[in-house]
Amino acid sequence: MSARSWYLLPARVWMAIFFAAPLGIVCAYSFLTRGDYGGVEQPWTIENYTRLADPLYLTILWRSLWIAGLATALCALLGFPLALFIARSGRYRNLLLQLVLLPFWTSFLVRTYAWLFILRDTGLINTILLRLHLIAAPLQFLYNDGAVLLGLVYNFLPFFVLPMYATLERLDVALLEAAADLGARPFATLRRVVIPISAPGIAAGSVLVFIPCLGAYLTPDLLGGGKSVMLGNLVQNQFTNARDWPFGSAASLLLMLASALLLAALMRSRVAQELM
Amino acid sequence: MNSVLELRGVAKEFPGHRAVDSVSLTLERGGFYALLGPSGCGKTTTLRMIGGFEQPTSGEVVLNGAVVNGLKPWQRDVCTVFQNYALFPHLTALRNVEFGLRERGVRDSEARAMKALELVQLAGKRANLPAQLSGGEKQRVALARSLVLEPQLLLLDEPLAALDPGLRKQMRAELKAMQRQTGITFLFVTHDQEEALSMSDFLAVMNKGRIEQFGTAEDVYLRPATAFVAGFLGAINWFGGAGVRPESTRVSREQPDGVPGRRGSVESLLFLGNCIHLNAKLDDGARAVAELSREENDFREGEPVWIHWRACDEMRFK
Repeated sequence: MSARSWYLLPARVWMAIFFAAPLGIVCAYSFLTRGDYGGVEQPWTIENYTRLADPLYLTILWRSLWIAGLATALCALLGFPLALFIARSGRYRNLLLQLVLLPFWTSFLVRTYAWLFILRDTGLINTILLRLHLIAAPLQFLYNDGAVLLGLVYNFLPFFVLPMYATLERLDVALLEAAADLGARPFATLRRVVIPISAPGIAAGSVLVFIPCLGAYLTPDLLGGGKSVMLGNLVQNQFTNARDWPFGSAASLLLMLASALLLAALMRSRVAQELM
Repeated sequence: MNSVLELRGVAKEFPGHRAVDSVSLTLERGGFYALLGPSGCGKTTTLRMIGGFEQPTSGEVVLNGAVVNGLKPWQRDVCTVFQNYALFPHLTALRNVEFGLRERGVRDSEARAMKALELVQLAGKRANLPAQLSGGEKQRVALARSLVLEPQLLLLDEPLAALDPGLRKQMRAELKAMQRQTGITFLFVTHDQEEALSMSDFLAVMNKGRIEQFGTAEDVYLRPATAFVAGFLGAINWFGGAGVRPESTRVSREQPDGVPGRRGSVESLLFLGNCIHLNAKLDDGARAVAELSREENDFREGEPVWIHWRACDEMRFK
């Protein structure tokens, strides 16, 4: 074996044990029949996949794509100006970047619960509004798509900001000056120079937000209250309450396929250089 | 009112240092001007204040008779060719040239951009991205991108610094021809005195944030106003308080009659192809260089010689 292969060996072993093997098992399960108390049994079948074509599940797939897409768009809308601001902040750059990363110091779960305490009927916002007599009864902030969207955007915004920042930080200031010199006002410079040049960063950030959002289950579970079901919840539900492992496997493979197709499409574009 | 640009006591202070210290300058329409000086003398800052990228701390920038202090770059009828060209990497050569025209809403922008590319002989590379162009080609696209807007004044920031030496010489002639052809006033910044002397009609020599002298190439080379200008524009030999250019410094074996001279010996001879530099060590310890033609040189290293010059070639400064 060449030296190169030896270097790759640990990664190969790791990938084989923790990625390829579980994926193979999930794949095999998705073609089996459910056991009575969980687990799987013979015979082999493709029924799990035909069930996925049921309008109920297609709706969930569609909802997941829609919510993940909306969350990605919101992250881009909020994250692009923020990244641009940080990239132009001179010596405060590192401090501001640390602030963007600050939420990662606590766990995802804790942060999502925190939103529960802020948004619920007896939560911070409703208590303040009630005390100020601005409202007579608590407003329903939780357990709807809006709350899920809020949770997703809040949690995944840094994943957009970081690659975006990396791209914008490399943007040559002389290009902005050249555009201004040629008659472009700041907004025209943004539209004609900054955004086209940083498109790979926008795409990279979008992928990093969209894919985890598509598979999210904790946020829709806690903030959506189970009413706002996404693909991730479907998968989780099949493995826990429904005890239908084969169908859960098929659903998770569908989720993977959706992500993989999207990624493959983007990898063909310039995004690849940006992510690697 | 024929002056394109007038700087009236323009100064720029950055935290901790004064980059430009009261610069006054008037450029007539249609001329080729150079702003020459060592790095850090404030020449680029001066250019950036004219372009609108920096605001002067005090003084006035007057374009076509109107004070433009406070106006943004997109509000000024001035274009800049940046040192590293600053071509938009995502746009082809043609789209780069078209950029400013589109911003102005010109209807036949593509045809006009194409014409400008033809002017710089790059019509064949119109579809190339900047990354697919050579240094000289990028330079020309940058030039076309500015010229196509027909500005009152074109600013060039070290336009040749990023090119190979051979190309640099060729571009000197091309830039000059381009200026004559378009009739646009050019103001270019350089630290290369040969470039400034050979290209410009008038040059301003800057040092430490001030203009030390403004005049024609001959003026500043032959009649420098200060010792700094004399030394910056070319080599100089100092004989007491008098400065003499190497090409005016002569060498002989006998003591010359009626002209000032010093005794010394030949330290080294440098063959430069078109001429020879004779480095002499004078008896008083000073050194001098004489530029000799190949025919004039029959000296050997170590040989005692007289270094002399004509009194009329002496340059004296206060």
